[in-house]
Amino acid sequence: MNIVVLVKQVPDTWAERKLNESDKTLDRASVDVVMNEIDEYAVEEALRIKEAQGGEVTILTMGPERAVETIRKALSMGADKAVHLTDEALKGSDAVQTSYALAKVLETLEYDLVIAGSEATDSRMAIMGALLSERLGQPQLTGARKVTAEAGSVTIERQTDDGYAVVQASTPAIISVVEKINEPRYPSFKGIMAAKSKPLTTLSVADAGLDAGQVGLAAAPSQVVEFSNKPPRQAGQVVKDEGDGGTKIAEFLASQKFV
Amino acid sequence: MAEVLVLVDHVDGAPKKVSYELLTLARTLGEPSAVVLGKGASAAAEKVAAYGAQKVYVCEAEELDSFLVAPKAAVLAQLVTEKSPLAVLVPANAEGKEVAARVAVKTGGGLLTDAVGITSDLTAEQPIFGGSVVVKSKVQTGVPVIAVRANSTAPSEAPGAGTVEQVTPTFSDADKAAKVADRVVEAKGGRPDLGEASIVVSGGRGVGSPENFAIIEALADSLGAAVGASRAATDAGWYPHQNQVGQTGRTVSPQLYIAAGISGAIQHRAGMQTSKTIVAINKDPEAPIFELADFGLVGDLNTVVPALTEEITKRKG
Repeated sequence: MNIVVLVKQVPDTWAERKLNESDKTLDRASVDVVMNEIDEYAVEEALRIKEAQGGEVTILTMGPERAVETIRKALSMGADKAVHLTDEALKGSDAVQTSYALAKVLETLEYDLVIAGSEATDSRMAIMGALLSERLGQPQLTGARKVTAEAGSVTIERQTDDGYAVVQASTPAIISVVEKINEPRYPSFKGIMAAKSKPLTTLSVADAGLDAGQVGLAAAPSQVVEFSNKPPRQAGQVVKDEGDGGTKIAEFLASQKFV
Repeated sequence: MAEVLVLVDHVDGAPKKVSYELLTLARTLGEPSAVVLGKGASAAAEKVAAYGAQKVYVCEAEELDSFLVAPKAAVLAQLVTEKSPLAVLVPANAEGKEVAARVAVKTGGGLLTDAVGITSDLTAEQPIFGGSVVVKSKVQTGVPVIAVRANSTAPSEAPGAGTVEQVTPTFSDADKAAKVADRVVEAKGGRPDLGEASIVVSGGRGVGSPENFAIIEALADSLGAAVGASRAATDAGWYPHQNQVGQTGRTVSPQLYIAAGISGAIQHRAGMQTSKTIVAINKDPEAPIFELADFGLVGDLNTVVPALTEEITKRKG
């Protein structure tokens, strides 16, 4: 079973995340960057399926040059090879444009499954699986907390607000996973060494056969008009429990008309 | 006035609160038309009319429930093409955003998600990075598809004509590719949905055990609140993952958020920081949650939470 895992490099949640003043796009340069956390679960799930059934795991990343660090991490976890779509012309692409670019690259790869993390910690849109499914005409199996893949078919448990749905489709299919699904492995020393020599294909907009008029900030169907940094919330009153803590909170709630 | 399509989130024809919020918001932009899809859709017509729906597009095709997301997007996109609305509003929950994404691709319209407000020129306000930055965004091409978060608008009634129009859908094979074989409800009934509750009570590491979540649930029930949990609590298996509030879980924005035994790591704050009022209970006076709490109590939740529940029950009489 051949699997493509979508991996995104994002600003570290622990760092102060900012937008660029000039073009209002995400500041990817001045912050610490990491692999989008939920994507580690996607890589892990792909590796588990591969270990059980054979096949190859390919990492696909769109992002600036430095995203190669994130790709190496995925390779060091055990993925076999990677494709890195990187081009200054892609900068500022919104999710819909990104799905166009990724779908174009996916059309050139052979896979049974595409696995992504359910959402990225920077944009938090949680729609890439649906976008790719729509573009590729392949089934959408998103929000999976469990994946059971067999030859030609795949079944997931899709997490819902009040439980889960069992969803079935034939392959090739587009899956996204939630963090409940597994516990991602740490790269081993051997894995880290091996990652350095694993095949990495770098594609530009032209290499990938993308229409340059469809990507990048100038052509983005949605754009940030303005932004403001919100002042941090002010701490209110903090009191110590003197045995009357419950009453004190109730009084506060009453003063705010909650009870 | 131009038509604004509102995708109604409902269970067997009973609209969720967020649907009324979206209709209320749509009235400030144009003339709202409700789109109700799936089992029981017709039953929602009168209810959405009360919140201003002039038209109610109804489709109860069996495919809408037996296949995931794509059929709903197909019907909504069909309506966008036929009616050329000013904008399409959907609830910014998991399925709503996925429907929106597919509609945007099908119709070539720009997509904005997680809006908390929309102005008359269709500029959407979106909190990002856990609420530390607020952006104003606009769709540049096609019919804007905007996913709006629950609790962004106070719903208010305003009667609309509610003229029902049945939609005859056309589904492609691709729309019927992901079959929903079963739906399993795990949540205990009777509590409001976490995503749209006005009050949320969450427990974290300090709760200490799955059994002890009973005191969190009891407090929630005394307030008619939904129950949330921090990642520490869901990772430990103390509470279901779907109740996780935070960066890798649900984002909530209730009127009141009570955090018990939650330290307030950035990962949790990202999911609740935009709550209107925050109350925190924690043993550790240094816990970062106190930095954003409107009212903080340094104390042991094992005694404070049951005492608070009792006090609320007493006051509510």
